Amino acid sequence: MMDKLKKQLLGPSAESKQELLGKLVSYIAIIVIGGLVGTILVFLTIKGVALFNNDHFSLWQFLSGVNWQPSHHLYGALPMIAASFGVTVLAGMVALPLALVVALALTEMLSKKINQFCQPLIELLVGIPSVVYGYIGLTVVVPNLRQLFGGTGFGLLAAACVLFLMILPTMTSMTIDSLRAVPKQYRMASTGLGATRWQTIIRVIIPSARSDIFTAMVFGMSRAFGEALAVQMVVGNTTIMPKGLMDSAATLTSVITTGIGNTVMGTPSNNALWSLALILLIMSLAFNLLIRVVSRKGAR
Amino acid sequence: MRPEKIDRIATIVILGLTGVVGLLIISLLVYILATGLPNISWHFLTSSAEAFKSEGGIRDQLFNSLYLVVITMIVSVPLALCAAIYLSEYAPANRLTSLLRLAIEVLSSLPSVVVGLFGYLVFVLKFGMDFSLLAGALALTILNLPILTRSCEDALQQVPYLQRQAGLGLGMSKWRIVTKIVLPAALPGIITGIILSAGRIFGEAAALIYTAGQSSPAIDYSDWNPFSPTSFLNPMRPAETLAVHIWKVNSEGLVPDARAVSNGSAAVLVITILLFNLLARYVGHLIKRRLVK
Repeated sequence: MMDKLKKQLLGPSAESKQELLGKLVSYIAIIVIGGLVGTILVFLTIKGVALFNNDHFSLWQFLSGVNWQPSHHLYGALPMIAASFGVTVLAGMVALPLALVVALALTEMLSKKINQFCQPLIELLVGIPSVVYGYIGLTVVVPNLRQLFGGTGFGLLAAACVLFLMILPTMTSMTIDSLRAVPKQYRMASTGLGATRWQTIIRVIIPSARSDIFTAMVFGMSRAFGEALAVQMVVGNTTIMPKGLMDSAATLTSVITTGIGNTVMGTPSNNALWSLALILLIMSLAFNLLIRVVSRKGAR
Repeated sequence: MRPEKIDRIATIVILGLTGVVGLLIISLLVYILATGLPNISWHFLTSSAEAFKSEGGIRDQLFNSLYLVVITMIVSVPLALCAAIYLSEYAPANRLTSLLRLAIEVLSSLPSVVVGLFGYLVFVLKFGMDFSLLAGALALTILNLPILTRSCEDALQQVPYLQRQAGLGLGMSKWRIVTKIVLPAALPGIITGIILSAGRIFGEAAALIYTAGQSSPAIDYSDWNPFSPTSFLNPMRPAETLAVHIWKVNSEGLVPDARAVSNGSAAVLVITILLFNLLARYVGHLIKRRLVK
């Protein structure tokens, strides 16, 4: 009798047992997620280096070769790397100023009513699946480019246009957030000093939101870099070095999407695709790092 | 030039460019809806797709998309919620925590095609699931986890610390505080996050073409046994979603009315996303009303 009571008093209470259980559940969840990330990185790295380890293809040839002919055991990935960077930079260069301009107009100039109308519109555009953007590219952008510049219309420029349309809403909405985060007092102080609205924008608002704006740009470009199907639909998919903007090309993502289904697992031509995926992975990590560095600088 | 004049010019340029962008975007939306809506009919929504003939519908694709969202949510919501509880309530401020946060950030920045490849390698080949709804749902879970974890954590963080202190003062354990006080208060925010992320994965395609597959075998909507191979509930059958359908119809071009089918499908996708957003907005509206009370 006493023993039982003693046990009850000295042992863990129902409350602390529950606490332990709850803690355990949440620990397991976070470990699963952390483990998942680790597994993804390890698996993709192992598959990605198989071309160099097992098939003894040289890394340098892979990165600098311009011939991608799996049937001849030639895996030069430079055309794809160049095309991926080309379309990303092109789309980003056009999208950034426009996103900034729209964000400035919405936060600093236009009335609340227009803002209330535009907010859900931008949210909708952010949510539109990339395949739909690709399809728009296929049915609107490509025929127009064909009429304007001749040729097939498929190519780098078409892909850049599609990516531009795709990342513009994301970049705009992030830029709007960053401009809204600038304290109201800054604007008041600047106006109090007799600055015009433009002076306030260019000397106060943009400098203080600079790192967030940059983050928005990098984020948009990393989305563009990793986009697969929308690009694959309009880029033309020829794995040769593009010479001009209207040239048909292939990006890292488009080669992967078209190739994985047509190659046999474990063969060199399949491993080469995994190496391309590894480049994608490394680039997305690099974009991530860039964002971290920039936002840490901004926090200071 | 006087500053006032520069200001006026800048204002005109900014508003002008904004007008051009706005016009471009609105005409884009109008184009999608105007070309798509005439193709949407009851027949289009309720008949199955044709491989070589015209007049095919999108019934199976639409159902697959929705079903995939449901399965993904069943897997990812508990996981993301528990992880968010850990990050918001238990995580000590140390290196391990920041490493975990970094891991989640890395996960959210992975291109979806890379996630699809990983799913193909692990779920489809290693685990032998073949092209199946389940493999697709797991790949989508990977895409969904970081977004959902972050929005759940934000929702939990919005609950004032005072309420947690009140619970502690009553001698409640931390876990009980989380489940009885914090979670109910954060529920509307969590639901908004879930709906928004559901909208995002609804239109995902790149992660699915090599996990859920690109084919849609005939399925039987009267067979409610999830283990029967022809049942619409069977998670082990290959399933082409709406977004994948648009891509496939356009890249293979075997269907004579590919344009009509994809116009209609694109409009259905956009309208569904719009519905998801409106729903999320409505739930957000409910929170505000509850907070005012």
